[in-house]
Order: sequence, then structure tokens, then C-alpha cells
Amino acid sequence: MERIPILRMGEFLLVTIQVDMHDQLAMTLQDDLSERISGTGARGVLIDISALDIVDSFIGRMIATISGLSKIMDAETVVVGMQPAVAITLVELGLTLPGVITALDVERGMRLLRDRLQSR
Amino acid sequence: MSTLRQGSQAVAIEQDVVLARQTARKLSIECGLRLVDQTKLITAASELARNAVIYGGGGHMDWELLEDGARRGLRLIFRDDGPGIPDVKLAMTDGWTSGGGLGLGLTGARRLVDEFSLESAPGAGTRVTICKWT
Ligand SMILES: Nc1ncnc2c1ncn2[C@@H]1O[C@H](COP(=O)(O)OP(=O)(O)OP(=O)(O)O)[C@@H](O)[C@H]1O
Ligand SMILES: [Mg+2]
Repeated sequence: MERIPILRMGEFLLVTIQVDMHDQLAMTLQDDLSERISGTGARGVLIDISALDIVDSFIGRMIATISGLSKIMDAETVVVGMQPAVAITLVELGLTLPGVITALDVERGMRLLRDRLQSR
Repeated sequence: MSTLRQGSQAVAIEQDVVLARQTARKLSIECGLRLVDQTKLITAASELARNAVIYGGGGHMDWELLEDGARRGLRLIFRDDGPGIPDVKLAMTDGWTSGGGLGLGLTGARRLVDEFSLESAPGAGTRVTICKWT
């Protein structure tokens, strides 16, 4: 079955979404990620969506769910690289992604995660 | 107003939603929409294609590249012969869903395009037309 790879980087997990995901693939990623968080005890998750040129309500909901799930499992999720046109569209669509932390790129996202973990 | 080119494709299964997005992307570039308008139209198409698959039991996306004087437009029609929408007004309410969604697809799509029309009746299927102009 087709899957989005999840990379382990120390205490963080990195997911780079590079394909236009159909809904089932997004659901699989959500399940895979929660399993990997609990399996590895990861403290943070970075989801790189810089290659995505649209985020619709389904993908938006998946992102919000992953972010909520990871919090329950004592990890933080940061979404990185959202294209400006995607951000504008999401707001107009009505999806504000409450509670979802974002950063401009992976490097900044990583820094943000480290800072947040240190201050806990 | 004249039609430059038109076509149609099936939106029957989940994977077809991805294909509908790809076609909408290709056409909105060809139409000359600016990036943010491309993004809005593709996102609206994604919502409507998914609705046609999930609630309409599958249908079609018809497309038309339009020209009106110096402006160009892309019109997309999502139609299915599914159960239809009993209460269109209710369905066009932010946050209303009959399934497990967020209830943002229809209302969100309307906000993202220049023209939006929804025709539906119980037992008579659903037809949603959207259009965006340069
Ligand atoms: N093609 C259709 N055929 C029949 N019913 C439809 C169709 N499209 C939408 N509906 C009805 O209208 C409701 C609202 O649709 P809308 O796309 O706004 O929200 P949703 O699909 O429930 O959630 P979301 O799109 O946010 O995930 C749906 O729950 C469904 O009951
Ligand atoms: Mg919908």
C-alpha cells in the first residue's frame, strides 16, 4: 500500500508531504503518525507541507487531528512551509486550524519545537 | 461570452478527486488565473468533487474555458444523480453536515469563487456550478 514516509530525527519525527494525497492516504498517515509517536516516544512532529499547492477541508482536518492527537501523547506538532496562497485560501474556506502551530520552514520549525520543549 | 474549450471527466471514486484537482489546476493555469485564484478554484473543486463522490454516489465534472472580452474564465460543473439535497438552505449553512465533515465544503467553495450556483432536489441529483474570472 502507498504510504507517506515518516523520518526519525532524534527526538522528532519529520513528515514531508510531496504528493497530492487522496483521502485514504491522508487517513493512513494520521494512523501511522500516532503509532510512531507512541512507539518512539517522540516529543515533536514536523509536517512539511511546502510542496502542497492546496489544502482542502479534508487535509486541513487531518492536520488539526494530528496536532490534537500528538498533544494527548505529550508531543508537539509544527506545520511548516505553508504556501501563502494556501494560507489565504484556508482562511476564506473557513478553516482556521485552531491550536495548530506553524513555522516558515523546517529549520525554524525545529527551533520552535526545541524552544517549546525546553520551556516545559 | 464564448466557450474556448470544454470537456468532462468522471468523479466516481476517491482517487478521481485527485484527478479532478489536477485537471482544475491545469486549466486554471491555462486560463491565466493568478496563483491565489488558482489555489482557490482548485480547493473549491476538491470540496465539490468529494461531495459528489461521498454524498452523490459519484458523478461528473464538466469544464469550460470561457472568454468574455479581455477576460478569461474557468467554469466547473459538478453533477451527480444521487439522492439530492432535501434542504438546500440548510446545506448552505456554515458548519452543517449530515456526515462526519466540517460542513465547510459548500459554503467555503462559494466564498472561494466568483460565481456559484447550486441546484438540487430530493431524488433529482445535485448540480453545483462554479466559475472564476481573470
Ligand atoms: N452532491 C451532494 N449530494 C447530496 N448531498 C450533498 C451533496 N453535497 C453536499 N451534500 C449535503 O450537504 C451537506 C453539506 O456539505 P458540505 O460539503 O458543506 O459539508 P460536508 O461535506 O458535510 O463537510 P466538509 O465538506 O466540510 O468535510 C453534506 O453533509 C451533505 O448532506
Ligand atoms: Mg463536503
